[in-house]
Amino acid sequence: MDEALIRSLTPSVLAILVRRGADFAAAEDAVQDALVEAVRGWPSDPPRDPKGWLVTVAWRRFLDATRADAARRRREDLLDEEPAPGSAPSVDDTLQLYFLCAHPSLTPSSAVALTLRAVGGLTTRQIAQAYLVPEATMAQRISRAKRTVSGVRFDQPGDVATVLRVLYLVFNEGYSGDVDLAAEAIRLTRQLAAAIDHPEVAGLLALMLLHHARRAARTAPDGSLVPLAEQDRGLWDTESIAEGVEILQAALARDRLGEFQAQAAIAALHADAPTAEETDWVQIVEWYDELARLTESPIVRLNRAVAVGEADGPRAGLAELAALDASLPRHTAVAAYLHERDGDLTTAARLYAEAARKAPNIAERDHLTRQAARLNSRG
Amino acid sequence: MAKYLLLKHYRGAPASVNDVPMDQWSPEEVSAHVQYMRDFADRLEGTGEFVDGQALAPEGAWVRYDGEGRPPVTDGPFAETKDLIAGWMVIDVDSYERAVELAGELSAAPGAGGKPIHEWLEVRPFLAATPTITE
Repeated sequence: MDEALIRSLTPSVLAILVRRGADFAAAEDAVQDALVEAVRGWPSDPPRDPKGWLVTVAWRRFLDATRADAARRRREDLLDEEPAPGSAPSVDDTLQLYFLCAHPSLTPSSAVALTLRAVGGLTTRQIAQAYLVPEATMAQRISRAKRTVSGVRFDQPGDVATVLRVLYLVFNEGYSGDVDLAAEAIRLTRQLAAAIDHPEVAGLLALMLLHHARRAARTAPDGSLVPLAEQDRGLWDTESIAEGVEILQAALARDRLGEFQAQAAIAALHADAPTAEETDWVQIVEWYDELARLTESPIVRLNRAVAVGEADGPRAGLAELAALDASLPRHTAVAAYLHERDGDLTTAARLYAEAARKAPNIAERDHLTRQAARLNSRG
Repeated sequence: MAKYLLLKHYRGAPASVNDVPMDQWSPEEVSAHVQYMRDFADRLEGTGEFVDGQALAPEGAWVRYDGEGRPPVTDGPFAETKDLIAGWMVIDVDSYERAVELAGELSAAPGAGGKPIHEWLEVRPFLAATPTITE
């Protein structure tokens, strides 16, 4: 039984059922039933058309399930409308599923869970493990999400931006449990990019590939953080970088800039530099200007201050920083870094220690604590 | 989503408003209190926000290393002077505001006279795992 095949077929089978008018939750149950039957029957009797087989069996299951209850009349309507059996091209159906799973009525965490379940074909247990919550909790989160979208009409064009945000959330969860969510996000974004012609989808895919390419270099074997400047560039995945750059260039050529393309451009400039010293900081600052124009995000302005510090020197960076709200996440860490580069090691050490206390995750806290310790223990 | 620890103290937190020791409640009041906590956890499982929760015995000890070849030192008979954790619950919620809202609800568990005990709960965010993008 080919798990990858099943995982790739599940979403489109589900999408076809929902398109035919099945309620989302009922369709999911029916598809699960069909999968169980496939696991039992396929090894001895493999179907010629696996997807057609799954659609037929799942649809039959769905009808069986609705037959007994008050939905009889609706079932009869559906029977009348039942299309001819056989498989249908699935790309558009799956696309609809993306939009449904990222529906604005869902909270971000519900949208993420539902997307992984319905579009990604992951099991509830896998999703629960990845998010470090009990399976029962995740099952409830998913079934609430299904209930929320069960009344949503399936023919509405969705908002691409929402779908992209959900995929980006999945990507940023990174790796835990037996599912690599970053790889999963790339797989789903790839699938989306194949189904929809939109420069920002390409931008997000490029961004993910470029970040993912550096993953092996980002942490030391003991799990501690390795800053970009100190990373062993030999560990970067050059194939992934080349693909990301190519996708990005094609997207940029269409002249419909969006924030993911701009972020990917910055990542590409980092990936392009043979050494940290050769990074084209001037161009990076220009891309941050674009990004600031597109998002007006204070985090972007903070990152821009770092880039300015590299392009024009730490004093210029500190001047940029002074204009920003000091309560921004990582503001103190950036200040510490710029003061160190400016030669004020005492202030830098104090700020590193303060930044460590405010750090949002363990790897960052430990990294900042080590920076403070390094400066405090200088001879 | 972010995880938060809700800490319930035997001692160490400011006194609750309805501050009657539990052994002086009626058995029904104790049952109602326990049931409230259980219902609370069940409800959070239903909303997809529950992670874990446990109650702890009051007999905690401080322990430390006491040198090579020697048994660890424990803090001896001074337990009544220290902060004691009665139990904890871990939740996984969309925002800090939601964490505070839920802690408020948990603090309203019924106590003596069936009235909310208004106990103080500590809310502590978990340090997250490293996100994929940190640079």
